[in-house]
Amino acid sequence: MVAVNLWSGLRRFTGGAEVVEVEAATVAEVLKALVEAHPGLDPVIKAGVSVAVDGEIVQRALNHPIQPDSEVFLLQQFRGG
Amino acid sequence: MALDNKSEFKYIGTRPNRPDGLDKVTGRARYGADAYAPGMLHGAVLRSPHAHAKILNIDASKALAMEGVKAIVTRNDFAKGLEGDDWDLLENTIAGEKTLYDGHAVAGIAATSVLVAKDALKLIEVEYEVIPHVTDVDAAMADGAPVIREGAADHSVPEGLHPNVVRYTEFGRGDLDAGFAAADMVVDRSFKTEAVHQGYIEPHACLADLGADGRGELWCCTQGHWFVRRMCSALLGLETTQLRVTASEIGGGFGGKTTVFIDPIALALSRKAGKPVKLVMSRSEVLKASGPTASASMDVKMGMTKDGKLTAATASFRMQGGAFPGAPMDMTTMLAFSCYALDNVHHEGFDVMTNRPKQAAYRAPGAPMGAFAVESVMDELCEGLGLDPIETRLKNAVKEGTKSAFGPRYKAIGLIETLEAARDHPHYSAPLAENTGRGVASGYWMNWGGETSVSLAIGEDGAVQVGVGTPDIGGSRASMALMAAEAIGIPYENVRVNVLDTAALGTNEPSHGSRATYASGLATIEAAREAIGKLCQRAADKWGIDAEAVEWKDGAAYPSGPNAGDFEPLSIADIAGEMGSTGGPITGHHDASPTGFGGSFGTHIVDVHVDPDTGRSTVKRYTVIQDAGKAIHPSYVEGQFQGGAAQGIGWALNEEYVYGEDGRLQNDVFLDYRIPVASDLPMIDTVIVEVPNPGHPYGVRGVGETGITPPLPAVANAISHATGHRMTRLPMSPPRVLRAIQGKGIS
Repeated sequence: MVAVNLWSGLRRFTGGAEVVEVEAATVAEVLKALVEAHPGLDPVIKAGVSVAVDGEIVQRALNHPIQPDSEVFLLQQFRGG
Repeated sequence: MALDNKSEFKYIGTRPNRPDGLDKVTGRARYGADAYAPGMLHGAVLRSPHAHAKILNIDASKALAMEGVKAIVTRNDFAKGLEGDDWDLLENTIAGEKTLYDGHAVAGIAATSVLVAKDALKLIEVEYEVIPHVTDVDAAMADGAPVIREGAADHSVPEGLHPNVVRYTEFGRGDLDAGFAAADMVVDRSFKTEAVHQGYIEPHACLADLGADGRGELWCCTQGHWFVRRMCSALLGLETTQLRVTASEIGGGFGGKTTVFIDPIALALSRKAGKPVKLVMSRSEVLKASGPTASASMDVKMGMTKDGKLTAATASFRMQGGAFPGAPMDMTTMLAFSCYALDNVHHEGFDVMTNRPKQAAYRAPGAPMGAFAVESVMDELCEGLGLDPIETRLKNAVKEGTKSAFGPRYKAIGLIETLEAARDHPHYSAPLAENTGRGVASGYWMNWGGETSVSLAIGEDGAVQVGVGTPDIGGSRASMALMAAEAIGIPYENVRVNVLDTAALGTNEPSHGSRATYASGLATIEAAREAIGKLCQRAADKWGIDAEAVEWKDGAAYPSGPNAGDFEPLSIADIAGEMGSTGGPITGHHDASPTGFGGSFGTHIVDVHVDPDTGRSTVKRYTVIQDAGKAIHPSYVEGQFQGGAAQGIGWALNEEYVYGEDGRLQNDVFLDYRIPVASDLPMIDTVIVEVPNPGHPYGVRGVGETGITPPLPAVANAISHATGHRMTRLPMSPPRVLRAIQGKGIS
C-alpha cells in the first residue's frame, strides 16, 4: 500500500482523511485508486494535479514508478512562466 | 536521468559568443512582425471601451463595405461548444455575450493595409449595455460586488464565498496555537501588490495563412509553438497536425508568451479572406489585453523565539487574475514558506475574478508576491529581536531531506550555500551612506521538466545540427550547443542549434518553468549519446570488431584497449564523410518528460537610498546570489540573475496597473507604465553558486525565474530600514514612500 498525502482542502472529499492508502505502482495508478476510493476527488484530479514522489514532482509522466515506501504527496498543478 | 560523475568539463562553463548575436545586432534576426507573405492582408482588432458590458448588437456592414476591407470576424467565426480552459481561452480571445475588461477584443478586421484596417474599425457599430464592474481583489470578494460570471467557481470553493471566488486551497500541518505560544515575538501583517506586466519589448505579432480545407501555417512570436498549435486548433476547430506553427525570434516573453491572444483572430481572418493575414499588437494593446500577472492582497503571521528559531507561520493569499480563473495562488501558497523548515504552518489561497485582462504567467508566477509578504515579516522579526537577517535565515533554512512547507522533502538544494555566500560577500559588510537602507531576502522557484523532443544529425563534414522545440528566450541555443559539444567532444563552433517548427518534432512544451536548459539540454545530451553509439558502430564495422570494443573520446572513435586491436582513431569527420556508403545518415533523437528538475534558491542583497524630501528610492548597490546547479554558459546565467533582479526592482518601486473609477486602464503606454531602464539601475553584481542537480547529467538547474522572487522583499526591507517605516504595499513609488515618511500611512 502507498500512503498518499492530500492537501487539507481535500478533506471534505475524503471524509476527513488527509492521508489515503492505495494499491499503486505508478502515478497513474495512484490517481485512479484515489478516485475509486473517494469519487469526490474526480473533479480535482481531472482539473489537473501534480504528484510528488520521493521529492520528484510529476505532472505528465504518469508512468513514473512508485514504491510501497515512497513518500507521495498530491499537489496542486504546477504552473510556470 | 542521473548526474554524471564528471568534474572536469572542456566546453561547459566557458563563455563563447552567442550564435544569434550577430543577427540581433545587425537587424538580420527575424521577429514576429518581420514575417511577410505574397498577397498578405493586415489585421486590426476592435476592443471594448468598457470594463464590463453586455454586447447587444454588432453591425459591421459599413466596415465591410469599405474599399480594401476583405474580412471581419466576431465570436461567431470560432468553434462552438468549447468547455473549460478552451472556453476561457476563446472568451478571452474574442468576447461573446459580454465584454469583461477594458480592451477585450470584440471583432477583427483584415484589409489591404494597416491604415484601412484601423479606419474600418471605426465603422463597426457595437451596441453595449454597460454594467457594474470591479477591479480590486478585496472589493471583488465583498458582499454586493458585481458578479463576473455566475457558476465559474470549481469544486474547491466552499459554500458561502462570493461567486467571484472561483478556486480555493488550504493546506498545512502541525499545531499552530502551540507554535505561536512558543514564540517570543509574533508579527502579523497585511500586504498588497499590484498587477504588473511582463514588459517584453517585442509586442505580440503573427502571420497566419489558413485555407478553407483546414490546413494552415502560422508564424508567430511565442515561447511555445506547440501550445499555440493546440490552442489555435481548439479555438478554430482544426486538427492539430494540419496547422504548422513556426516560432520567430523572440524579444522577451517572461511567461506572457505561453498563451495566445491575436493568433486565433489572424487565423480566422485568413480563413475567411482566403489570404495570409498579419496581425501586430500595439504597446497599448499589449498592456490592455495581453496578460499581466495577478495582483494580491495577503496576510502573513510568523512567530520566532528570541534566538531566531521560527515556531509557526500562517498565510492567506487573495489573488485576482482578471475575468477568468487562473490567478497563481496555488504557486504562491506552495512556495511562500519554501525557504524555511517549519513544523507548524498553514496556507490559504483564493483565486478571484475581476474586470481585468486574463492574467498570464510571469516569471515564477505567484512566487514574488508570497515572498514579499513572508520575507518582509521575517525581516521585521529579525529587526525586532535584534538578530542578523542572514544568520537567522541560516538557522531556519531548508536543506536536503527537510520537509517542505508544502509537503515533499527536498532533494539536493542550495539555499544554505547562497546564504553563506551572501554573508561572506563584501557587499553585506560594506558601510551604508545616510538615508540608505540594506535589505536581504531569499526566494525559490521549483522549476519544471515537461514534454521534450530533440533531434540531432551529423553533417558530412562532421559538424552537428541539433533541432530543439524550445524557443531561444534566454540563450538556450548556446547552452544546447555547449552540451552537445561536451557530449560529443567537438568544438562549440561545430554545432548549430535550430528551433524547429511543429511539423518537425514531437510535442515540446514551451520555454517556461525554467525548463529549456534543463529539459532540452538533457534530451540534447541523450540524442548526442545515441548518435555516438551509431558512430562507434560504424567504426566497429570498419575495423571488424564489436561496437562494445570501441571507445568514444574527444570527438573520435578509438579501440577501447589493447585487446580491441590496433587501429588508427577515426574522427567524427572521418566517419561522417563515409556515412552515405556505410549505412546512411547518422542521427540521434530523444523524447522525454523528465522529472529530475532541481529547484533553485537565491539570496539577494540591496542598498537603497531614499530621498527624505521626495520619497524617491534609488537602488545604489545590488547583489544576486543564486544556485545554478551547473552554469552551462555563465554569462547567460548571470544575465538571467540580472534580468530577474531588474524586473523585480521595477515591480517593487514603480510598476502597477492603474485603473480609473470607470474601470479603464489609465497607463497603457511605457511613458506612464514605468519599467526600469538601464540608467535607473546600478550594475547588478552576481555570484553563481553550484550545487549540482542530481537529476541532470551535468547538474543543471533552471535559473530563469528564481531571480524575480527576492527583489520585492529585499527592496522593501531596504526602504523600511532607510525610512523607519515598514513598507507593506507595492509599488513603493515616491508618493507612497513620502506618505510613510510623513506618518500618513501606507495606502
